[in-house]
Amino acid sequence: MEFPKDLKYTKEHEWVKLEGNVVVVGITDYAQDSLGDVVYVELPQEGVGVTKNESFGVVESVKAVSDLYSPVSGSVAEVNDAIVDNPEVINEDPYGDAWMIKVELSNAGELDDLMNADDYQKFIEEEK
Amino acid sequence: MTVRETFLELKRTPLYGTHKSLGARIVPFAGWEMPVQYSGVIDEHLAVRNACGLFDVSHMGEILITGPGAIKAVQRLGTNDIEKAVEGQCQYTPLCYPDGGVVDDCIVYRFGPERFLICVNASNTDKAFEWMRSEAGKMAAIRNVSADYAEIAIQGPFSAGILKKITDKDPAPVKRYHFIEAKAAGVPAIISRTGYTGEDGFEVYSAPDSAVKVWDALMDAGKDSGIKPAGLGARDTLRLEMGYPLYGHELSEKITPIEAGLGRFVALDKAGFIGREALKKQVEKGAGKAIIGFEMLEAGVPRQGYDVAALGVKLGEVTSGTHSPSLGRGVGMAYVDASLISPGINIDIMVRGRALKAKTVRTPFYSRQRGKIPA
Repeated sequence: MEFPKDLKYTKEHEWVKLEGNVVVVGITDYAQDSLGDVVYVELPQEGVGVTKNESFGVVESVKAVSDLYSPVSGSVAEVNDAIVDNPEVINEDPYGDAWMIKVELSNAGELDDLMNADDYQKFIEEEK
Repeated sequence: MTVRETFLELKRTPLYGTHKSLGARIVPFAGWEMPVQYSGVIDEHLAVRNACGLFDVSHMGEILITGPGAIKAVQRLGTNDIEKAVEGQCQYTPLCYPDGGVVDDCIVYRFGPERFLICVNASNTDKAFEWMRSEAGKMAAIRNVSADYAEIAIQGPFSAGILKKITDKDPAPVKRYHFIEAKAAGVPAIISRTGYTGEDGFEVYSAPDSAVKVWDALMDAGKDSGIKPAGLGARDTLRLEMGYPLYGHELSEKITPIEAGLGRFVALDKAGFIGREALKKQVEKGAGKAIIGFEMLEAGVPRQGYDVAALGVKLGEVTSGTHSPSLGRGVGMAYVDASLISPGINIDIMVRGRALKAKTVRTPFYSRQRGKIPA
């Protein structure tokens, strides 16, 4: 299982990558593996606001429905519509092609609350 | 703490260690720790449709009814007519309460007029056993023999060829819904041409301490045919594509076999079975509610409990739903007002507050011969 060092992580198994004042958000390798075959994803529209720890979308595997929680607050700058048509990409490339949204931060301080790769890996091992 | 205690009470099949070593994800199901998936639900699903899949279904219960009154007991308990089955034949039957609600749905194996083995759902084993004893215990000897049997289902187009390699009798001539007693991997087994996937296949009952031997022999015999272990996840998507009912979803103490569209398993011309009057009335006067199949017309996955509506009026609820791996879209069954019983009616499935378009269709959703069946 992969935990890229340049990302930050949440306890709800989302990852965040800082690109200037915008962050890219997706779900982790652990999350996609736990879900199993992803068959559906629902993402917000560009321009809408998202709030830290609140649901911004839904991902569904064959068996289960899971909420996606925003790691940060801000407004949605870009949405990866390609994964809506091909949700299986979430299983194949969770840290790359399956990024979900880009968020323009309203409070950069929120990033400090996120875990680094080592802490996230430890968190998962404790959760098991 | 409660969670941990509950977990300790779960039962394990003799194949638990095998599942772990195959990398299965284990979940609690009907009081058992069962494999939900190995390589992935869709991969396992397609293996069963196109090659072969192996399922551990040892959690299923077995109840033995014996003695001179055995046939009378079976006739009183089941809605189907076991007189229509010969020795060596199996028959699907619901067991009903007097009001037509369902105790369980099961498969009756007719060994002879004085010996029947009944395979019941894991979640209902104790309830069904108590029901049989209270309603027919004076007519015949009724024993819960679930602990005497492990059960492995081999399902998919290559099943007969793979199974033949490990049995002392060729299973190929065994007709659908018939069974034989033979040796599998050198141990005594009951082999029936039955299953819950819509594909050709067999279910193999053996003593629990022989289960690993049978499983390993089948996996080895099928390795060049693409055999894969398959879990409860694929079992559910496979049965759903066929429109097969699952107790607790399409059948329950509230949903009768007539409402579920299983009238062909209710022998109203047979006297004296439990539930006959109530079911006869439903057939004659109409049930008012029905289980229907539907297909999503837009992206979205229907799930049990979602509302079904038409023109803004709630007409029922989804009983089972999934993303169909064979069709690549959402399909489901629902318990609804009988006005929706015809195929081709536009309905809405309420998903998280949004009305998603769907259409009623005939089941099965999938047919091997014809591919997708048009509505």
